[in-house]
Amino acid sequence: MSDVSTARPLAGKRILVAKPGLDGHDIGAKVVALALRDAGAEVVYTGLRRSPEAIARAAVDEDVDAVGLSVLSGSHKELVAETLQCLRAHGATDVPMFVGGTIPAEDQAALLGWGVKGVFTSGMPLEDIIAAVARVLR
Amino acid sequence: MSTIGAKGASEEAARTPAGIEVPVVATRDMLRQPDMEAPGEYPFTRGIFPDGYRGRLWTMRQYSGFGTAEESNERYRFLLEQGQTGLSVALDLPTQCGFDPVDPIARPEIGKVGVSLSSLADMEVLFDGIDLGAISTSFTINGTAAIIYAMYLACADRRGVPRAKLTGTIQNDILKEYVARGTWIFPVRPSMRLIADTVLFAQDATPRFNAISIAGAHVRDAGSTAVEEMAYTLANGIAYVDELIRRGGDVERFAQRLSFFFYVHMDFFEEVAKFRAARRIWARLMHERYGVTDPRAQLFRFGVVCGGSSLTAAQPYNNVVRVAIETMAAVAGGAQSIFTCAFDEAFQIPTEVSAELALRTQQIVAYESGIARTVDPLGGSYWVEHLTERTEEEILAVMAEIERYGGAVRAIEDGWLQMRLAHRALERKRKIDAGETVVVGQNRFRRPDQDEGVREVFRLDPDASRRVIEKYEAVRARRDAGAVARALDRLAAGAARDEENLLPHLIDGCHAYATVGEMVDRLRGQWGDFQEPIRL
Repeated sequence: MSDVSTARPLAGKRILVAKPGLDGHDIGAKVVALALRDAGAEVVYTGLRRSPEAIARAAVDEDVDAVGLSVLSGSHKELVAETLQCLRAHGATDVPMFVGGTIPAEDQAALLGWGVKGVFTSGMPLEDIIAAVARVLR
Repeated sequence: MSTIGAKGASEEAARTPAGIEVPVVATRDMLRQPDMEAPGEYPFTRGIFPDGYRGRLWTMRQYSGFGTAEESNERYRFLLEQGQTGLSVALDLPTQCGFDPVDPIARPEIGKVGVSLSSLADMEVLFDGIDLGAISTSFTINGTAAIIYAMYLACADRRGVPRAKLTGTIQNDILKEYVARGTWIFPVRPSMRLIADTVLFAQDATPRFNAISIAGAHVRDAGSTAVEEMAYTLANGIAYVDELIRRGGDVERFAQRLSFFFYVHMDFFEEVAKFRAARRIWARLMHERYGVTDPRAQLFRFGVVCGGSSLTAAQPYNNVVRVAIETMAAVAGGAQSIFTCAFDEAFQIPTEVSAELALRTQQIVAYESGIARTVDPLGGSYWVEHLTERTEEEILAVMAEIERYGGAVRAIEDGWLQMRLAHRALERKRKIDAGETVVVGQNRFRRPDQDEGVREVFRLDPDASRRVIEKYEAVRARRDAGAVARALDRLAAGAARDEENLLPHLIDGCHAYATVGEMVDRLRGQWGDFQEPIRL
């Protein structure tokens, strides 16, 4: 842990943390955003109620290295599919996406199948989340 | 032998989760005021009623609702048959945020976290076969609370139930939505006006109905300590009282209908102490700050929810035990209504099996444990009295901090409270990650193969959203469009005038089958949208 590179594995990375749809439970997104920042990343947080289109546009405009979506309302499949589609429409097919929230196990598999790089649920330690993001962005 | 245990005790074991120091043994000389007033006497530390639960047990009210009004009505009837004594309506996000189901942002969310109620037609189905004059109904509704309340009154009007007979609660607490729950619509000031409209209208129209339930629950579940939960809520309470007085309300009257709502998490004595402390802080506030003399307007009446983020997806059956302990704390703390979360609530809408078990949990506490037989059963315990005093001091300190900042409204408009909460949530999460806060089955004694290992899985009817939209279109096609337009115009005109009460217009709109989205759009036209301050 004393090694700077392990303490700040996301140094130099820009990450968009976004809340799509109407879900107002933002504390998970904020906690992960703060943890990503502590891990060295520059974090852009959208705030609540962003449309998939607005999120895709922000990802392109902000030139981010990854997009993290947080959904706790049960609408993760619809919202993730739509955001992926919007990212493709903006030509941002190579921006890795991560999803956090209340995602049942079988849906996790579906999201990963669509190309989502990691799915994080509430009991997961922050260190594991950071490590998973760092592995993909390495 | 005991000295080994004491020396081995970790730093964490010597403090409550809110950071209050815990003595090895509590003694009488630790108390500032060893002899206190009786239950039912100012400042009500020991309870708001002299006879506690002997006169009346708490209301058992399970938060429930999903999909269409038809499906939710079926679940309500099931819960009532099982001995539930009040209803608690969960609404979907489009209804909560003021969007009609056909709105593109609404479509993926229809019926997901609650039932869709887009117009009076849905509410008529939701309460089909349920006597509105006999049942107490609570609605967890905030941004559109005034509309849902108006719809409930319109529904009662149609059934011939006198408005004065209606009992129940609308949450109607927008301030905490900006901090933790996120179903805000309008900017803070017009939202406060709409809340004042509702409370002032309700005190005459529905004198037995709680037109606001000032809630700390969501801030707590998001990550605040028990002390902050109470402090933020009491500070919000002050903001509402100030607004109502500014609007010409009589505090001796409206304060009788203010109610509160909190989470109960796992630290048993801290939970009991926070309720005892808050009861006397509120009574003193009302008396000393606002000069309230009628004891009924000094009472801190509250409902609770047990579970929430204290529950885990890992080994979910453990949650039954957690909820039982939390229910005991709620009862020892003197709650007026209790919602016990189902053990699978951490990851799905409860099934009929888990919903029944949650209700049975509080029925067992009520009818088998004997805890409700005597008022404030922990009163006089050196530890509980000391912890009550210390919790009171800490709550008052946080409230003073908010006052120094300029009050709750300012702290929220600036995003200051939101930022504080996020940092506190990160702290709580890091403590769990580090194993400093033990969560059995998750960070200790874990068996990874048992995550979400439940037999009963809830499946939302994938067709529900199509049926919601079809019904919405049908209602719009058959209603009197002229009557809707007139009601909406009167609403918009009223919204432009600051001192006009909007409730009569909203009730007219509901009677005409105007939709939630239509009414919100007209208000938004006058007031605009809340601009979320983003500070991390």
